[in-house]
Amino acid sequence: MHHVTRRQLLTGLSAALVLAACAPAPTAAPTASAAKPTTTPVAAAATEIELYFPVAVGGPIAKIMDGYMERFNAVNPGIKAKAVFAGGYPDVLTKIQTTVQGGGKPPAVAVLLSTDLFTLLDADLIENLDPYLQKAGDAYVNDFFPAFMLNSKDDKGKVWGIPFQRSTPVMYYNKAQFKEVGLDPNNPPKNWTELADAAKKLTKPNGERWGLQIPSDGFPYWIFQAWPISLGKNVVGTEANKVFLNTAESTESLEYFVKLIKTDKVHPEGIIPWATTPDAFVAGKASMIIHTTGSLTNILGKFPNPADVGVAFIPGKNGFGAPTGGGNLYIFKGAPQDQKDAAWKLIQFLSQPEMAAEWSRDTGYIASRKSSYDTDLMKKLIAEKPQYGIARDQLQFAQKELTSHQGAEVQKIYGNAIQAAIEGKKAPKQALDEAQVTADKLLSQFK
Amino acid sequence: MISKLRSIVLGLALLAPSVFLLGAFTVWPVLQTIINSFFRRNAATRGQPVWDGLGNFTRLFEDDQFIKVLGNTLLLVLITVPISLVLAFLIAVLLNQKIRGIGWLRSGIFYPTVLPMVSAATIWLLLYNVDFGLINSVFRDLGGSPRNFLGTSTLVLPAICVMLIWKQTGFLMVFYLAGLQGLPTDVMEAARLDGAGRLQTLRHVSLPLLRGTTVFITTIAVTGAFQTVDQLYVMTQGGPNNASNLLLFNIYETNFRFQDTGSAYAQTTILLALLLIFTIINAVVSDRRSHDAT
Repeated sequence: MHHVTRRQLLTGLSAALVLAACAPAPTAAPTASAAKPTTTPVAAAATEIELYFPVAVGGPIAKIMDGYMERFNAVNPGIKAKAVFAGGYPDVLTKIQTTVQGGGKPPAVAVLLSTDLFTLLDADLIENLDPYLQKAGDAYVNDFFPAFMLNSKDDKGKVWGIPFQRSTPVMYYNKAQFKEVGLDPNNPPKNWTELADAAKKLTKPNGERWGLQIPSDGFPYWIFQAWPISLGKNVVGTEANKVFLNTAESTESLEYFVKLIKTDKVHPEGIIPWATTPDAFVAGKASMIIHTTGSLTNILGKFPNPADVGVAFIPGKNGFGAPTGGGNLYIFKGAPQDQKDAAWKLIQFLSQPEMAAEWSRDTGYIASRKSSYDTDLMKKLIAEKPQYGIARDQLQFAQKELTSHQGAEVQKIYGNAIQAAIEGKKAPKQALDEAQVTADKLLSQFK
Repeated sequence: MISKLRSIVLGLALLAPSVFLLGAFTVWPVLQTIINSFFRRNAATRGQPVWDGLGNFTRLFEDDQFIKVLGNTLLLVLITVPISLVLAFLIAVLLNQKIRGIGWLRSGIFYPTVLPMVSAATIWLLLYNVDFGLINSVFRDLGGSPRNFLGTSTLVLPAICVMLIWKQTGFLMVFYLAGLQGLPTDVMEAARLDGAGRLQTLRHVSLPLLRGTTVFITTIAVTGAFQTVDQLYVMTQGGPNNASNLLLFNIYETNFRFQDTGSAYAQTTILLALLLIFTIINAVVSDRRSHDAT
């Protein structure tokens, strides 16, 4: 008796499941049929793909993404793309990894950090994009800013990711406070000496106002990388098992950072939080900050008088430099071929110059393609708010973001050394030498 | 005979669900964890397990960072648990009065427990902020210079401890309050007739009678402290330079950010061992005390 009821229950359940699985098909039809009246409501032939994406900046990103998917589906009746919000960057990676480890199918396409490349390659998760790029032609790939493509390539030059939500750190400065202390608001500091001098004038005693704030929690290596790059020696090259953390350039940069805090006292002691640095700037507690260009929309929105927000290149010792950052679009190996092809179409759709321009306006990320800046939308935006053009102009000095095998761990090793020196626990040289030893030991596992 | 057999079968049948659940969701994962901790498994092995004996453990104990993490975790447990316990008891005694409006006060003290940890952490992140945090505003108004609580390695762990005590004391207090209200009135009356003062009654009657509650709360507080992870994620990411890094956060980072699954398994095994040791000590000590009392 019991067995019978249980079996009945199971049958009932599975029937319900099958029904549930079929259910989305009819509901999907209206969107497709609205675009192309000829399409029959049978959606079984449509390739369904999912785009996993993280939210790393403020704003209604999920809503914007859904809108993009609707527009893509309207012009691609054979494909039904759905955007899945999956948490922060690490959460998206974790979700995909655990799915694949558990024997499940990965999404067809996802936005992950450009620096996740070697982690994804070591786990054998992603598809090489060179065959697709050959079909798309050189004009397509050459239109992306070269600095952004650096993190798309592995040590042999193969391309695995397409730049999507890319950023770079820039310097924000308060023009009103510049005027107040007699500095030229249209001539921001261009080198280390000018930066320290301006910061000294802007600093008020007792923590009332700081001349400069550079966030150093979470991922301190990122902004800091700007200085070794400006000195001509990045901490990472083309190889995936070598990093250069304790070069003379890296050491000199860290010594300068420590000097700003300990000797010049123009920067608060200790580690400065990433999340609240823009708030400190908006509140007038910090006259200059270095932060991602992705914060521009947020800062302009909150600032008492947006015209007083100055954006400038990050001053290096005698020149400029910056790393790139942010996320690329990857296609996953484990997805069926038709899904991968559909995913490539979605990538091409999202990386059209107009779309990239729209994405930039909606989020504050830099449009990934040069031709995006020729669109009317972008021209109008920069004419109204010239601050949006600075990050793009700084890209000519930008280099690769720190990445390697076991990249997140290497980033943390470098970051820990920076933090130890900032706090005065270790001399910059000693901290970086130790970091180099630890990183070398870790990377020696990868030949 | 048959009835005896039947009762055995019935007993086993009644136990089966809990044995199954315990086996499937506790024993089996623990065994898996211990077994997996003997394999090296990371990006360099391309995610494949490679037999490594005690390799993960030797590497961990040779790693200064892990020693620091272990030390931080033990320090956090040893600081927050006793303080929370004493505070919870004192507040419970104070709130066990018949005063008008005491219900509001009780809800107020319990309020931090209701807040999700991530929200609470966000609030404290702002409270501790060096530029515009409430605590530093008070400091500044009193003529002091602001402190970068979460950005200074000597201050960050105490700051996390304060937040944890604030968060869990209300929860622990509820158990003491319930215990106090459930105490037999005749014993209290006898104590009063014998001429015991309020403090004496508390010390020699209430506290011993609440021993069971204390053991229970200690276990909850210790496991809770070992499981501190959300607030690190929000507030410090374990920094500066691992000064606030704790075992569970380190396990999360090792596995999900650094893809070193083997090492994460080994760290989990160590965490399990630590929890086991604390539970045994707690049980033994309380057992001995209850013998002393009788």
